[in-house]
Amino acid sequence: MIQTMLIMMAVGLFAGIAGAILGLGGGIIITPVLTLMMGLDIKYAIGASIIAVIATSSGSTIAYLRDEVLNLRVAMFLEIATTIGGISGALLTGILNPKYLYLLFGALLVFSGWNMWRKLRRGQEVMTNVKPDRIATKLKLNGSYFDKSEFKRVDYQVEDVPQGFLVMLGAGLASGMLGIGSGAFKVTAMDTFMKMPLKPSSATSNLMMGVTAAASATVYFFNGSILPNIAVPLALGILVGAVIGSRVMQVLPARVIRMIFIPVILFIGLQMLYKGIIGG
Amino acid sequence: MDDQSHQNSATENEMEHIEIIIGRILQIGVIIAAIVMLFGLILLLINGGNGGYPVGHQPTTISSILSGTVALKPYAVMMVGMFCLIMTPVLRVVVSIYAFYKEHDTLYVWITSIVLVILCISFVIGHTV
Repeated sequence: MIQTMLIMMAVGLFAGIAGAILGLGGGIIITPVLTLMMGLDIKYAIGASIIAVIATSSGSTIAYLRDEVLNLRVAMFLEIATTIGGISGALLTGILNPKYLYLLFGALLVFSGWNMWRKLRRGQEVMTNVKPDRIATKLKLNGSYFDKSEFKRVDYQVEDVPQGFLVMLGAGLASGMLGIGSGAFKVTAMDTFMKMPLKPSSATSNLMMGVTAAASATVYFFNGSILPNIAVPLALGILVGAVIGSRVMQVLPARVIRMIFIPVILFIGLQMLYKGIIGG
Repeated sequence: MDDQSHQNSATENEMEHIEIIIGRILQIGVIIAAIVMLFGLILLLINGGNGGYPVGHQPTTISSILSGTVALKPYAVMMVGMFCLIMTPVLRVVVSIYAFYKEHDTLYVWITSIVLVILCISFVIGHTV
């Protein structure tokens, strides 16, 4: 029993650090560990994952807010899209064939990975040639943050708001129906489509995924799929990991974060394509 | 122009102040959740791994969680801790509405309120579907 507890804390610590740096929920680490290594039923693994997403989100955002890396306006504006998408996803379960969602969103993530790789090769992290966007200006989405690896303030502008909103709507739908990709789609929408720098994208994704997960988490909480002996040590490990991860993320060069991010997002994308091809 | 920039710096100062207060509220929320979860975990260890319920079971109704917590049953206390954790993002949305209100940003008071309403709707749907 103590051994399981310690393993959960260690897994949580690692998942929390990785999740906070990349802006992902950590389900990609936690679900396979719980199902393949611990032999836990997928139902309980999903329950634990959803608690993990919230722990990563809350643990990292309490560190972010004072450091103003995250963009609260972008988060709340896009949160409308993800929550509406999430509700639609819940209502469309059984009507929409998940096969096509896997194919569509798997392809989107692979495209995003390729796009990120191009950005990496170009070597320019903050787009300076972004035109002032009418909608972004009206919604006050443009922001700035202090980059602790470059020791300078980075001002950035947000572009293609409708496109980002649309991707978020789809992201909410997909993660609501498929239960995966809570963070990957959000970083993609902000970094790839809205041209936000990677660090604010990751931090803002971290904030958003907690809000999105909270609604469905109560369902899992009351139907008994969240096992306390698994989820609690996991959550405690993640909270500590996420606080560490969000500090580490701020001093890491954005290039390095991108280098870690690309294989992860490609892996998630290919996994989804595979599921779509073999029929979900 | 001068007047404008002066005004901007005043609201910026105020905003910074509000952000720090919100940051504190959220930190306290997360710390409370962590302490309760840790307390439940320690109770579980003291009890030799016995959660206070039959194997494979945990309290899932509000009344059973509360009565179990009063009786200091480890699983009940752990469920309370996890519930606090689940509520922290909701707390974030609520205090953000207040922050935007204080900043006189009506547009974002609306946007954030809409998020809260949708969140409540999805909560209800989740429990009926």
